[in-house]
Amino acid sequence: MRKATLGQSYADGEAIVRQGEMGSSMYVVQAGEVEVIREAEDGEHRLAVLGAGDFFGEMSIFEREVRSATVRALGSAQVLTVDKRTLLRRIKEDPFLAINILKGMSKRIRELNRELVRARSGPAAGADMKGSEGRTR
Amino acid sequence: MAHRKESMRNGRGSALEGLLTAGLDEGKSRFTLEDGARIAVVGGGPAGSFFSYFMLGMAQAVDLEIELDIYEPRHFSHAGPAGCNHCGGIISESLVQILAAEGINLPATVVQRGIASYVVHTDEDAVRIESPVREQRIASVFRGNGPRGGADTSRESFDGYLLAMAAERGARVVRRLVSGVRWVDGAPRLEHPGAEGATYDLIVLAVGVNSNLTQLVRADSGPAPAASTRTTRTYICAFQADQQLVQDVLGNSMHVFLPTLPRLEFAALVPKGEYLTLVVLGDDIDQELISDFLDSAAVRRCLPKQCVPMVCNCAPLINLRGADRPYADRLVLIGDSGVTRLYKDGIGAAYRTAKSAAETAVLHGVAAEDFERHYRPVCRSIEADNTIGKLIFGTTHLFKVSSHARRAALRMAAREQGRKGRRRMSSVLWNLFTGSATYREILKDTLHPAFGAGFVWNLAASLRPGRRELKGTGGAHAQGHARPVVR
Ligand SMILES: Cc1cc2nc3c(=O)[nH]c(=O)nc-3n(C[C@H](O)[C@H](O)[C@H](O)COP(=O)(O)OP(=O)(O)OC[C@H]3O[C@@H](n4cnc5c(N)ncnc54)[C@H](O)[C@@H]3O)c2cc1C
Repeated sequence: MRKATLGQSYADGEAIVRQGEMGSSMYVVQAGEVEVIREAEDGEHRLAVLGAGDFFGEMSIFEREVRSATVRALGSAQVLTVDKRTLLRRIKEDPFLAINILKGMSKRIRELNRELVRARSGPAAGADMKGSEGRTR
Repeated sequence: MAHRKESMRNGRGSALEGLLTAGLDEGKSRFTLEDGARIAVVGGGPAGSFFSYFMLGMAQAVDLEIELDIYEPRHFSHAGPAGCNHCGGIISESLVQILAAEGINLPATVVQRGIASYVVHTDEDAVRIESPVREQRIASVFRGNGPRGGADTSRESFDGYLLAMAAERGARVVRRLVSGVRWVDGAPRLEHPGAEGATYDLIVLAVGVNSNLTQLVRADSGPAPAASTRTTRTYICAFQADQQLVQDVLGNSMHVFLPTLPRLEFAALVPKGEYLTLVVLGDDIDQELISDFLDSAAVRRCLPKQCVPMVCNCAPLINLRGADRPYADRLVLIGDSGVTRLYKDGIGAAYRTAKSAAETAVLHGVAAEDFERHYRPVCRSIEADNTIGKLIFGTTHLFKVSSHARRAALRMAAREQGRKGRRRMSSVLWNLFTGSATYREILKDTLHPAFGAGFVWNLAASLRPGRRELKGTGGAHAQGHARPVVR
């Protein structure tokens, strides 16, 4: 298999988006893996590991908020940037385009709910959550 | 069950569908697709495959059971013209992003080269314009399996990839030529050479402009679209060279030419693995014009001598004007057969028209007035933008006749490459060549006072004798190390 050719290459550990920064793009992983990290006072918590075809940063398309997590390459990764303007312009003509993004978001909410239930159902499970690797796909 | 399905199709099935179909206040269509509906898509190029893929996805979302047949005689796994829907093979920056958002990520076997910059060549100079995000967001692809004589099993055709996606969603691919559409008992029926075909609830014509099928939809037997398009002939050929050489000399750039040769509108050299595709647009293109172009200083500067011309060449038609009414009852024309963008991003237009036609058929109906109300606005918006495009291409003739104007434009773009802030000329040229923005947006950018002032300033500077600092500036500045644009 040849190397993916679209998007930008990121080296292991390189940040693609940083928690707290403003953003106006969404990202789609083309090859390799990235990890989603929530930085808190007590350290870093890995929220998910995403692979080819998964997207992240989509919240910035719908709201003007700072990034809620840091995403960095896990090994070398190839990631495509999707501009907010390009996407919104298309969604205006074709609202159906938003469905794919909403589907991904609702799947993530479902996974988070599951995590939450697991965390609440026992302290041991709650402790586990810190290092949990919620894969979205 | 029947009631639930009906309510979903009317947009009341879920909040999401309700959101999407909000404001659809029309009454029931004369012709809607019901469970068991049969759809024929004639042509399995990008428009046909996109339509089928989205149609099947949307039908599933609203719980509508359909059967969909794609008629496509071409095998895209074949090398040379037999397997190819002749084109430059550039998937525009906007389409690459939108497809990714749709969940369609082009694999490395399909993408022959990720393009991150354009080099604009005039007779005198060249300038490299980097992608605004410094990222490879444009794909060069083969529509078939590459040039004649060069078949490679590790390579995948773009059209073949899309067709396989549609088949995976449930489309049946029928390897058969369609020779006409005739109305029998109020329903459209396909005809094949020497044989009658099947009757369908909806027939989608996605046969491009290099087929006369749309003219064969006769009005004498039933409703017919106003399908005539205006086209012109183009020229495409291929070169082969060592992959490393192509990489070293042309890099991840598409090379566009604005030569002063009469009859030549525009030409582009697209790197694809160990091949290069040359695309030429102009009036009355003939061998003499192609030879003159290949002999021009701009081409000699950038096309490596070791590149071997291949026997693979073709002269496909390209749209200049779309169909006036690309639909009738139970019939819709999409992609090039209907309306497409002038000179740019034809595959992006195929995606737009295909998806809009599919949405209309699933959510509203397949009567002429449904397409008129929900599909035509998309066609109109593309055509209106093309009118602006014609105006813009008209003004580029200024660059043909004035070397000062050419030099000023390239000088302005080159000087912007190393700088922060708005890159006005670069952005206009980038959008013009990549098809990333609408012609309307490009026009708006050129009307900005700062654009005019910058151009006049650079025009004055380029008129001063002895000022020729252009070559090499674009690439070197943008990439932070000295590298000539064209070796
Ligand atoms: C020189 C040139 C360069 C171009 N470069 C680019 C570019 O770089 N990027 C870009 O986006 N666009 C480009 N285009 C435009 C692009 O090629 C078209 O817009 C695009 O192919 C349209 O897709 P389509 O599916 O509508 O038609 P087509 O791609 O033409 O597909 C039509 C399909 O219908 C099939 N068919 C035809 N007749 C019949 C029949 N009777 N029965 C059954 N099947 C049939 C054909 O086999 C074919 O597969 C270029 C065009 C030209 C001419």
